[in-house]
Amino acid sequence: MRQTRREFIKNTSLAAAAASVSGRGELLASPSPVVGQSDAALKELCLLALDAARTAGATYADVRIVNVRDQLVTTRESRVTAVSDNEAFGVGVRALMRGVWGFAATRRVTREDCQRVATEAVAQAEASSRAVLRPVQLAAVDAYPDGVWRSPIRKEPFRVPLDEKIDLLLSANAAALGVRGARLVSSSISILRQQTTFASTEGSIIEQTVYRTVPEMTVTAMAADSSSVQSRSSAEVAPMGLGYEHVEQANLSERARQWAEEAVEKLSARPVEPGRFDLVLEPSNLLLTVRETIGHPTELDRVLGYEANYGGSSFLTPPEELIGKLQYGPEFMNVLGDRTQEGALATIGWDDEGVPADSWSIVKDGVLVDYQTTREQVGRISDLTGITRSHGCSHAQSWEWVQLQRMPNISLMPGEDDYVSDDLIAATDRGILIRGSGTYSIDQQRYAFRFGGQVAYEIRDGRLGGMVRDVAYEGNVLEFWNSMDMLGGPRSYFIGGTIGDVKGQPAQRSAASHGCPPARFHDCSVINTAQ
Amino acid sequence: MADYFTEAEARELCELILAQSGADATQVTLSSGSEGFTRSAGNQITTSGEAHIAKATVTSIVAGRAGSVRWNDLSLAALQRAVARSEELARSAPEDPERMPLLGPQQYVENQAFFTATADLGATERADALLSVTEPAMAAGLVATGSIQRVARSEAVANSSGVFAYHDSTLAALTTTIRTADGAGSGWAGATHNDWLYMPAPSELANRAIEKAGSSQGADPVPPGIYKVVLEPTAVGNLVQPLQPALDARSADEGRSFFSRPGGGNMVGEQVVDERLSLVSDPSDPDLLTCPFTEDGFPVVRTVWIENGLLRNLARSRYWAQQRGREAIALGGGIKLTGGDATTADLISSVDRGLLVTRLSHIRAVDQRSFVYTGLTRDGTFLIENGQVVRPVSNLRFVENPLAMLNKIETIGTAVRVVAAESGGIGAAVVVPPLVVRDFHFTSVSEAV
Repeated sequence: MRQTRREFIKNTSLAAAAASVSGRGELLASPSPVVGQSDAALKELCLLALDAARTAGATYADVRIVNVRDQLVTTRESRVTAVSDNEAFGVGVRALMRGVWGFAATRRVTREDCQRVATEAVAQAEASSRAVLRPVQLAAVDAYPDGVWRSPIRKEPFRVPLDEKIDLLLSANAAALGVRGARLVSSSISILRQQTTFASTEGSIIEQTVYRTVPEMTVTAMAADSSSVQSRSSAEVAPMGLGYEHVEQANLSERARQWAEEAVEKLSARPVEPGRFDLVLEPSNLLLTVRETIGHPTELDRVLGYEANYGGSSFLTPPEELIGKLQYGPEFMNVLGDRTQEGALATIGWDDEGVPADSWSIVKDGVLVDYQTTREQVGRISDLTGITRSHGCSHAQSWEWVQLQRMPNISLMPGEDDYVSDDLIAATDRGILIRGSGTYSIDQQRYAFRFGGQVAYEIRDGRLGGMVRDVAYEGNVLEFWNSMDMLGGPRSYFIGGTIGDVKGQPAQRSAASHGCPPARFHDCSVINTAQ
Repeated sequence: MADYFTEAEARELCELILAQSGADATQVTLSSGSEGFTRSAGNQITTSGEAHIAKATVTSIVAGRAGSVRWNDLSLAALQRAVARSEELARSAPEDPERMPLLGPQQYVENQAFFTATADLGATERADALLSVTEPAMAAGLVATGSIQRVARSEAVANSSGVFAYHDSTLAALTTTIRTADGAGSGWAGATHNDWLYMPAPSELANRAIEKAGSSQGADPVPPGIYKVVLEPTAVGNLVQPLQPALDARSADEGRSFFSRPGGGNMVGEQVVDERLSLVSDPSDPDLLTCPFTEDGFPVVRTVWIENGLLRNLARSRYWAQQRGREAIALGGGIKLTGGDATTADLISSVDRGLLVTRLSHIRAVDQRSFVYTGLTRDGTFLIENGQVVRPVSNLRFVENPLAMLNKIETIGTAVRVVAAESGGIGAAVVVPPLVVRDFHFTSVSEAV
């Protein structure tokens, strides 16, 4: 029987293709040597890499074998614009030699390649270990030879049929477009599962599985003559370290109509009159402000100048003049760094250098008391804080990136008076309430800022008034936090978060959650972004 | 040192993947390469690394429905699983009314974007380069932070209708921020190109950043307001970079873009910027040297977006082109803004009173449709009086429409390739001149150095 070209290639040229393409040893290695194999096999590969690093002269090494699977479904109005399913697998080895880090990574996870990249990581360090002024010194950490951790999911998101996800999004889109004036809508569900086997020359072998689930949508309203366009995003639906149950609980279809109505209302909303106002910030707005004005400046690598060439430095320097002394905000302001909060994005069992998850005060009773640290950083401030353990803030995006100090969950803790937003509004004579995160910008030392929102309303005599648009507040970090005069309580505490925070060179992404209640800030500068 | 698929390897792998397909139509993209980096901080190298990566994406189309899978384990078994999964996804997806049939065979422009000197930038060579920056900084009593990144890679596209396209390239970027020990001064310099040998020497970049760090000490604020500014090329690149994705016909035609014409349609044919300025993309331009095809194998060719200030073209997807009865135009090929030949020194000497801006940071859209952006100056902002730089000033927040800004030009310098991405790494090819811009809006002062 005559073969088609497709059949010919499929049936007869596999060997030839394999022989040449996999001069790199790929297609001949079928099935893939490790994917789907046992945890024991992965651990053995880790130990091989560590042995190779030691043999090559590393004084310390760690290895991460990572398998990341993610899925993205995106829609626009009644269309499915993309359906993609992605999987990446690889190994990264970090090695310390003469006080300098070397790193190497490959997607080929064979015994030979694990040993090869371990040796290459040491060679990278060796080639860079000239003129070392301050050799890396690592804080002590216990060994965890059998560590296991998994995100607390209730419904495995990859087992949910694709058509169920599509139906959910398209019905939410239809609900939004049912609002007169809502012209465009986009929505998506993004899910991720990252399985990491970590091992270090200090005796830890840790397996962790992290999930991340991100449902979101944006509705755009347009004036009949196209003269004005306004959008409203699903700012109250946070990305979380949970399973598909989070998508279901987000209730996109039920909330879409309200978001659409607010987008339409923004078209005719009164432009804000710039001036000074008391601000009532809902958690869906305040969380980004917490990240940018407390999270970033308390990253110790920024403080020490390690990120000066891209992300920037920090106004919180030098630590010796600030720890225990700097009044960040009022006495009822408490901020936690944390990697233990259930369902939060940066929650983990151990960080990417084998340090167990921690929860610690960064601002206590209004005063700066600590920073975010890794094993090599904590010694720089341990005399000031009395804390010698790393807070466990080492993180790499995946196998092909080296670890950096990254932001944990940073949260503003609720106040003792159990206020909710309505209480804050009722106590305000003249103010503006802002809900949802909008466009923002902050200087490279994370001090002078401006933050917008999704929707904003006037507050007059303790009551919510009409919607105003083009609102942003600006100021500097210390004046802003010290102007906080009311804080919501546990009932109004909300955990939001972001998944696209970028740092490092090469740049890599990370995700962190930020919990906060609503809060009121006295006499803040409000600008009109359209003027 | 380069570790990526050759054209023959890419072709064989693409054919093998296509051969596994039982779909009506199939498309494969393949990218691979080695990404090396070295970082320094506190006047010493801190980390050096190399990642060997590859990934394939298969898109299967079944009865007008599409599903895509990207994966990086290119063993035969994994490859077969990926193709089967993409077909499963396609069968679950609804039909996309905007999906276009796959392209047939295409012609692509050729360029030589691979340079051995760049590919050979290993850990030792990168360390040499960064130490050429840190050593003079330390000798001057300053503190250097820096990064060098290098990639050697190939990209390929193939489909079941006969497309095959392949391109290999290299790219390097070196940036440094040098600060005074007390944090009172900060200077930046950086460069990027496909060819390492074409870039300024690391010591030259070091000298620029050292000079900026020294001269930026002791800055005092100037009142926010409207100033004439000399924007160095990197600052222009920071601001102009958002232009490329905005050059989209559909969003303009649908009323969602700065290029939307009131009452409908777009602004093609209208004067949008200063008549001395032209903006082109061209994968073959020796200053740009970008990939000459898109992810679906559509050719990227020289495209004039703005000519002598007139908007000549907006990018059109194949779907939108069909809807409008026009030719499709791909985005890509980098951007090159030209219109003058003055030096930055000439520009400074032409200004009676104004500000000199080295670079910008944290640039964010205030409003996409009106194309208004905000951000801050960084790493060297100076007052100019009577054609001379007279003193450093505190950093400032700006609010500007980059296109409107290009209508307020006084003098245009010679275009150079810049590190336009704030991350200072491997990024889009952006070639821009220094500019003198009048009536540039600063809204507040930042005490950050």
